Amino acid sequence: MGRNAAAVLASIVGLVMVLTAFARPLEFLGTAVVDWFNVLAAIAFVLGGANLLKMNLLKISARDAGWGYSAVTVCVFLVTIGVGLLKIGAHPDPLHPDVALSGDKEAVGGAFWWLYEYAMSPITSTLFALLAFYVASAAFRAFRAKNTAAILLLGTAFIVLLGRVYVGVLLTSWIPADNAWVSWLRLENLSGIIMGVFNNAGTRAMMIGIAIGIAATSLKILVGLDRSYLGSSD
Amino acid sequence: MSDRPNESFLARLDRIDRRWIFLMMAIAVAGPIIWVGVTGRTFPETATPAVQGAFDAIERLPEGSKVLVSFDFDPASAGELQPMATGFIHHCQLRKHRIYAMTLWAPGSPLIGATLADVIGNDPSYRYGENFVDLGFQAGNEGVMKQVGVDFPKAFPNDSKGTPLARIPMMQGITRLSDFDILISVSAGYPGGKEWVQYGVSPTLTQGHRLPFVAGSTGVQTPQMIPYYPVQMSGILGAIKGAAEYESLVNAKATAPGETVPAKYQEAQRRMAPQLFGHSLMVGLILVGNVIFFAGRRKGAAE
Repeated sequence: MGRNAAAVLASIVGLVMVLTAFARPLEFLGTAVVDWFNVLAAIAFVLGGANLLKMNLLKISARDAGWGYSAVTVCVFLVTIGVGLLKIGAHPDPLHPDVALSGDKEAVGGAFWWLYEYAMSPITSTLFALLAFYVASAAFRAFRAKNTAAILLLGTAFIVLLGRVYVGVLLTSWIPADNAWVSWLRLENLSGIIMGVFNNAGTRAMMIGIAIGIAATSLKILVGLDRSYLGSSD
Repeated sequence: MSDRPNESFLARLDRIDRRWIFLMMAIAVAGPIIWVGVTGRTFPETATPAVQGAFDAIERLPEGSKVLVSFDFDPASAGELQPMATGFIHHCQLRKHRIYAMTLWAPGSPLIGATLADVIGNDPSYRYGENFVDLGFQAGNEGVMKQVGVDFPKAFPNDSKGTPLARIPMMQGITRLSDFDILISVSAGYPGGKEWVQYGVSPTLTQGHRLPFVAGSTGVQTPQMIPYYPVQMSGILGAIKGAAEYESLVNAKATAPGETVPAKYQEAQRRMAPQLFGHSLMVGLILVGNVIFFAGRRKGAAE
């Protein structure tokens, strides 16, 4: 009964959203549903935080492998929330200097700004930058011309890697840039052709395929044939 | 002394400790960074059509146009995307456009304030609330995009400091997305440029009005954006290379020949040197790896 009701509700909301795109008088319904969605999205942040606390506290209490990292996560999470909510170190708003917590938590000099600037920003940037090292190591060990497909992939990678930097311009600078018959052979132009023609064609095909797949799945949900999104009935 | 004395050089190279590769990459990146820092020299850039399209879209707008800039990235991608955000704001400042900054990424909010302060902080002709505004973060991803399409003040009732939009002079007359003259998205993923095309700037969502749209994106995301150029998008800045090309166009407009360009407006161009050596090292490593592979295969076949 509960699953049927949920499936019917999902169908009605889905149909309303589809109709709002075609019937202007129903636009207000679509706007209302988007409002609900935005409220739910904001609540999802609270749920996400609660879930993070639950999972990590369980790991700490069970002394699972790596529980120390969970302890650090929980501490940092609570400190960041506390600093943001209490606006520690934030200067009062010049328009309302007598009102408590009127300052901007993200203003330069505050504790929240400090955490963002000197903890979050360098840590996330460093983690992202580490990719360069691992990609270089993987390229040396795994990028081998084992068959025709791999050779094509290698050739494409060389052209794009070199064509996107100045060395590509230098290597093929002897090809006249003003001669349309041969200028496309310059590495920077070849790189553009690969991105704009071959890659574009493949990406478009995938995007169209995905869109058709989403439409088919949506249709199945609307008519109640697909109820997997409701989870198990157990 | 090697523990395998009869082993060939290539075989030993094949077993090289990956920390040597890490060291090579560190030198390939750090060396050019220091060189550029000391000399201040950068490589010349020629704009590709997609970057030129982005530049022209902002350039052709009349002075004082309303530009909505969405900072949809976080510090992890700032190395690649911050020069784009700085370049867009700098270009809008040169054209004296009105800048409305927002983000759909929670960690992107402080980046708005930092960028605006860095570029237009000392410009007396730019006053907060009259020429630029920081609308901050709003949760909801595509939901927010759809909402700004029909009711902008409902999606952003206040600016980032909590000031109601009704008290911000430059927000008067802004009721929906189509009231802006152009949308710029600097994005690192979801939600970003692709979602803005699907849920924001589509003519069915902008009451038939064609809203010019320009995006800057990471190298990983750029292939997904190219199919939308040049119909749904007027221009794309793809990765740090696109940012460097855009910077060179904006700097050529902003400075007279021979005049020194401030380093903050050359960040992308300065990063092309480490990019060059990093890419060259990658190509070299792939070549060496394949030489080892084919030598090993030939030896195996001979045995």
